[in-house]
Amino acid sequence: MYIAVPAEILGIILPLLLGVAFLVLAERKVMAFVQRRKGPDVVGSFGLLQPLADGLKLILKEPISPSSANFSLFRMAPVATFMLSLVARAVVPFDYGMVLSDPNIGLLYLFAISSLGVYGIIIAGRSSNSKYAFLGALRSAAQMVPYEVSIGLILITVLICVGPRNSSEIVMAQKQIWSGIPLFPVLVMFFISRLAETNRAPFDLPEAEAESVAGYNVEYSSMGSALSFLGEYANMILMRCPCTSLSPGGWPPFLDLPISKKIPGSIRFSIKVILFPFLYIWVRAAFPRYRYDQLMGLGRKVFLPLSLARVVPVSGVLVTFQWLP
Amino acid sequence: MAQEHAHSSAVERLLNCEVPLRAQYIRVLFREITRISNHSLALTTHAMDVGASTPFLWAFEEREKLLEFYERVSGARMHASFIRPGGVAQDLPLGLCRDIDSSTQQFSSRIDELEEMSTGNRIWKQRLVDIGTVTAQQAKDWGFSGVMLRGPGVCWDSRRAAPYDVHDQLDPDVPVGTRGDRYDRYCIRIEEMRQSVRIIVQCPNKMPSGMIKADDRKLCPPSRGRMKLSMESSIHHFEPYTEGFSVPAPSTYTAVEAPKGEFGVFLVSNGSNRPYRRKIRAPGSAHSQGLDSMSKHHMPADVVTIIGTQDIVSGEVDR
Repeated sequence: MYIAVPAEILGIILPLLLGVAFLVLAERKVMAFVQRRKGPDVVGSFGLLQPLADGLKLILKEPISPSSANFSLFRMAPVATFMLSLVARAVVPFDYGMVLSDPNIGLLYLFAISSLGVYGIIIAGRSSNSKYAFLGALRSAAQMVPYEVSIGLILITVLICVGPRNSSEIVMAQKQIWSGIPLFPVLVMFFISRLAETNRAPFDLPEAEAESVAGYNVEYSSMGSALSFLGEYANMILMRCPCTSLSPGGWPPFLDLPISKKIPGSIRFSIKVILFPFLYIWVRAAFPRYRYDQLMGLGRKVFLPLSLARVVPVSGVLVTFQWLP
Repeated sequence: MAQEHAHSSAVERLLNCEVPLRAQYIRVLFREITRISNHSLALTTHAMDVGASTPFLWAFEEREKLLEFYERVSGARMHASFIRPGGVAQDLPLGLCRDIDSSTQQFSSRIDELEEMSTGNRIWKQRLVDIGTVTAQQAKDWGFSGVMLRGPGVCWDSRRAAPYDVHDQLDPDVPVGTRGDRYDRYCIRIEEMRQSVRIIVQCPNKMPSGMIKADDRKLCPPSRGRMKLSMESSIHHFEPYTEGFSVPAPSTYTAVEAPKGEFGVFLVSNGSNRPYRRKIRAPGSAHSQGLDSMSKHHMPADVVTIIGTQDIVSGEVDR
């Protein structure tokens, strides 16, 4: 049994919380620069204290809840969403041996946690006891499901190439070449499915203001909505981690160059993790939204068959040439 | 400014007054600037409703430059009150034509950037093609005008069909759609912006020097410098600004091709200095009644965007 040290837990959670807070700021700034304007830059130089200001404001505001809402579920739902995204970080390896817990089913654990995230949304919407929140929650949840399956199939594709190992060894297996290069279409599909899973643009119709009045967290105020919001951003960062493990190689040094060996592994990991949320924000600034039925059609009619169609040839090739690990 | 133009044209038609050539060119120049300004707002707020937030901010940067031209020529950024019966209020300030020219040189690249974000984008096409389709017969029945009418292929543009001012000499191409859906209207508006840029480039070159108001002093007050010099000028300044001028009796309906559609003014005069009736035919009020038929068989998310493509401004719908 692996006994986790509290310091290690703090060492994972605190940077994650900071990261999520600054990711919110980064989104506003990056979108602003794409749109030829500056984002928040009044609070602190370059707006760096903006997350602090926003957090303080949200904590100090009065939490209003609908009188007919189911009280305990209403309070617990955003907490559950946020907690799940924190908990999933337990199996993400930052460097050689720098992982909180390394079970053999590490990747499966990540996948299970992200599936549990659907519960948080449904509970939030249903316990608000409001038609629009409920509809928004159902739509968000229904959107997540086919893309979850698609992600699972993509993970299977990578696992076939790498072999059944725990998460650290999956990353180690990319020493020769990053999984993302031979499996580049898979990386692209994974990226798009993660966009749809976390309800990010261009798949954010359940959250769009004009169409469905901000979706499932419409009845939340102050910390409730902050936690839902932070949970969504934590998911964004979190979902980069399997991306990092699977595709551009995680923490092993870039092509064994001596320069990149000098940078600590966790920094290399962080640099690769930062890249994908930047891409998420870029995509959000650039593209219009899919309509809901087009979104679901894309998930079920395009991504699901495509991911299945990746599993079969990859396994076929591996078996034929006896390259199975 | 298109609306000012409509009202001024109605009054001039009743008065049978001749507008000098330079004033006509200035009017056309600012009408086309208005057209670009309106289309950049309409298209990009429509894009924001669909979900793309970036073209909105890019287009508004361009619009800032155009609003600066308005301000230089009339003093106000939006409601310029510049086109008046008999001509325009003041002559163009020095350097304006040069600045307009340098602005239009880069404007086509800006339109290209906007198009790059949207026109070929498959998400955009999926949201716009075959949504909000209007057939030509429906468009004529509902009283659509402007882009909504040219979308289904009815080639009617007031600038070509009943030319006023110097439009017959400037000869813009009129883009016409085929399917009448939202994608066609979007493409028509982009193309109209490009044609407006073409006209704006031609106008300062062809503009003659000369008077900018009609010669009739009972209609157009003299400049303030003149006013203080002679008795007649003072009277000619005092009269229009207090009592106004009288307009002969019959009525007229004058329409111009405003960017949103056909903006018409029906003016009935009883010979005095106040109109007996002035009805404004706003394009938005005709378009908004077609919302129901256009959004049948579509999803609720499309209704929002159909309103955007009709280019409706609630102010002109309610009047």
